[in-house]
Amino acid sequence: MEVTLNWYLTLAAVLFVIGVMGVLLRRNVIVILMSVELMLNAVNLTLVAFSQSMADPAGQILVFFVMSVAAAEAAVGLAIVIAIFRSRLTIDVTDINLFRY
Amino acid sequence: METDSLVRLLLLLPLAGAVFNGILPLFIPSLRHRETLIGTVGTAVVAVPFLIAAYLFAGFHGEAHVANFYTWMAAGDFSVSFAYRVDQLSLLMTLVVTGVGALIHLYSVGYMHGDPGFWRFFAYLNLFVFAMLNLVLGDNLLVLFLGWEGVGLCSYLLIGFWYTDLKNSAAGNKAFIMNRVGDFAFLLAMFIFVKEIGSLDFARVIAEGPTMDQSTINWAVLLLFIGATGKSAQIPLFTWLPDAMAGPTPVSALIHAATMVTSGLYMLARLSPVVLAAPAIMNVIAIVGALTAIVAATIAITQNDIKKVLAYSTVSQLGYMFVASGVGAFFVAIFHVMTHAFFKGCLFLGSGSVIHGMHHVEHELHKDGHGHHLDPQDMRTMGGLKKYMPSTQKTFLLATLAISGIPLLSGFFSKDEILFKAFEAGTTGMSAAWFAWVVGLVTAFLTAVYMARAYYLTFEGTPRWPHADKLHPHESPWTITTPLWVLGILSVVGGYVGIPAVIGHGEYNLIHHFLAGGHGPVAERAVEAHVSLGTEWGLIVLGSLVAIVGFWTGRRLYLKDGLASDAALASRFGGAWKLWQGKYFVDELYEKIVVRPVIGGAEKAFAPFDKYVVDGMVNAVGYVTRAISYVLRYLQTGLVQSYAVAIVFGVLLVVGMMLFG
Amino acid sequence: MLGPILFFVFAVAAIAGALGMLIARNPVTSALWLILTMFSVAGLYLTMNASFISVVQVLVYAGAIMVLFIFVIMLLNLAELPKPEKMDWRRGIAFVLGVGVLAQLAYVVSAALDVLPSPAALEAAGQNGSAANLAKELFTRYAMPLEVIGVLLLVATVGAVMIAKRRFV
Repeated sequence: MEVTLNWYLTLAAVLFVIGVMGVLLRRNVIVILMSVELMLNAVNLTLVAFSQSMADPAGQILVFFVMSVAAAEAAVGLAIVIAIFRSRLTIDVTDINLFRY
Repeated sequence: METDSLVRLLLLLPLAGAVFNGILPLFIPSLRHRETLIGTVGTAVVAVPFLIAAYLFAGFHGEAHVANFYTWMAAGDFSVSFAYRVDQLSLLMTLVVTGVGALIHLYSVGYMHGDPGFWRFFAYLNLFVFAMLNLVLGDNLLVLFLGWEGVGLCSYLLIGFWYTDLKNSAAGNKAFIMNRVGDFAFLLAMFIFVKEIGSLDFARVIAEGPTMDQSTINWAVLLLFIGATGKSAQIPLFTWLPDAMAGPTPVSALIHAATMVTSGLYMLARLSPVVLAAPAIMNVIAIVGALTAIVAATIAITQNDIKKVLAYSTVSQLGYMFVASGVGAFFVAIFHVMTHAFFKGCLFLGSGSVIHGMHHVEHELHKDGHGHHLDPQDMRTMGGLKKYMPSTQKTFLLATLAISGIPLLSGFFSKDEILFKAFEAGTTGMSAAWFAWVVGLVTAFLTAVYMARAYYLTFEGTPRWPHADKLHPHESPWTITTPLWVLGILSVVGGYVGIPAVIGHGEYNLIHHFLAGGHGPVAERAVEAHVSLGTEWGLIVLGSLVAIVGFWTGRRLYLKDGLASDAALASRFGGAWKLWQGKYFVDELYEKIVVRPVIGGAEKAFAPFDKYVVDGMVNAVGYVTRAISYVLRYLQTGLVQSYAVAIVFGVLLVVGMMLFG
Repeated sequence: MLGPILFFVFAVAAIAGALGMLIARNPVTSALWLILTMFSVAGLYLTMNASFISVVQVLVYAGAIMVLFIFVIMLLNLAELPKPEKMDWRRGIAFVLGVGVLAQLAYVVSAALDVLPSPAALEAAGQNGSAANLAKELFTRYAMPLEVIGVLLLVATVGAVMIAKRRFV
């Protein structure tokens, strides 16, 4: 038995869907942001897997950039969470509906 | 530099000037009072194109050059480009437009001095020159039309320049609306060309236009001519031009005498091969031109406002040019356009100088508290200005003699050529040409009379304004007198490019060779039987006699007696004089048969329509939108996760379609 | 036989961490579960001989991002959110959609089972994922994107400070 590319891809798919579920189901904004990070990780996993199996560094360079963007996103996202918490004293997305009809 | 970039520069300089004078001061109010800067830039952006045009003219080898800049619009086989044609006709017109234009810009620096709208005036004037250059240089009817509408817009803006006076803005509206009637006909003519030929390029219209079937040609030419009557103030659309004198005098000189009003003639000359294919419509053109000439000339005799006299004189001279077009001598029409630009420009600028001086008198009267109201344009309060304004008087006299057709001045050559061509067309079987010739001769006499009247009432005799012993006008500054002298001299020598055929068998008729001979773009009516040399000499002598007698009559009537002659003529002609003085009551007629019914009918017929149908439609749009959004708004929960659900659902669908679709 | 065993250990840990994050009610617990996943993914990178990315994964994700998360949770002193009173219909839809996405991904992976290239030789892969090789690429061919990413990070930093500043609200 040998570890093939498909194994990694299947694992990444499972992680990605768990991330999607997290975004859709959880009410805590911070957990939603964490779920987004999880989705990004799942994608990174596929990229690295392809990159290594094809011996092409481009995929890993892309992962590097994705990590940078993820870091930026996390920083800005958490800053927004702090700002919202200050004004509304909650981080429950079902209570944050300023754009309601 | 190559021709393309020169043409580009020629066109874009006035536009740049308009932007500089119009847009910058809009945002930087301190620029508005920099008269020297604005005046210099405004004049330079017209003077430099004149030099460019002169350079192009000097290096012109008889081959038309088309500068194609880019495709404006393309739909299927039909495409229109921003293309500009440099040939004999457009070069000549460009020289006139930029040359006379530059002089009038210079003049305006003095004339508009101190006006709060100084910058606005130069912006409009530069924009006008840009539009006019589009008109004369365009290589297809649509670019011509673009310029055509552009000059119309500038004309409207400049007539209503002093818009705080309701009379002026009403005159602007009148000019704009009457022009719309003609423009609509012009548009229809273009539609015919697009439908029949599938192109608006001059080369194709000229080549394929005459091969359309006869009724189509007739309609197309008739519609073109109606378009020309609007822009060039012919019967029945001539009443806007006299009212257009509400604008500043340089505008009257540039737009309503020298350039814009001649664009109808230019258009007919440009499409001359097509026009020649419709002999029936040429009869109409000749008759309408002749009628306009005499109607306007008779009105001009009775007017007291110096600018009104010149305005009707312009209408009358334009009538002459249409006679020339109607008898198939398009190059003569352009010749007269040119000479007319010189002497009528000079006359208008001279009248502006006079008005400038009389304004000063009015101002002084006010200051002294005499309380007299003085209309600075009314010739009845002028007289004797010769002493105070020598330059104005001398140039005005030169231009007056030229327009009257006194031999060896410019007006003589062009007018005589028109009458000769009408006579020639008459002898070769064009009956309308006889009518035009006779009417033309009478009009020539009248022209000399009313121009003599205007000159003698204004400059000779004794001053008639109040307190003339203490107050008098001064000669205008150099910016005003320089253009006067240049145009005055040109109106003397400008005719020598068109020496009649009696001398050297037409070898010295340079303008004919240039425009109509060889590679020239202007076609002319084929003449089967030439008039004999003797007859031609006879006609020239007759024309000269008519002019001299006319001028002498005017001099005898108005040199000594002045206003008394007006009264005498009024009682002598009775009803006719009243008719002339009332301008044939055309305005009143239009008011009754067009304006009132339209306004009244609109009120009665369209108010319910407006209320129920138009408003109903507008309200329905609002109501339906409201009803739909009342339902759809529930989609906007404001919750991030419901939007995320929608996104994931979309991803599912798209990926599903990619996988299974 | 070491390869599959390592893979399964890390894979099970990663999925367990992800599910733990999804289920845990306390955000701190969620974060800690997610850190487990991050480390597992780093381990998976190592099984593929992607040494550089593996190290960066630990440094950036586990080290920086997750610390930031926990820091914020503690800063806000968050308690557990109260349990929802009833099962939201939206949650049902979300669950169905998640399963749908999983099905699609599984279909794609299984459909491509045969055509996928076999993993490169261990040596070549190690060469490919080494810090030296990636650095060479990053500072030559991808120099411009690297600079842009640098600017992005700067902008994000400034933006985050601006948004989170007390005066802003």
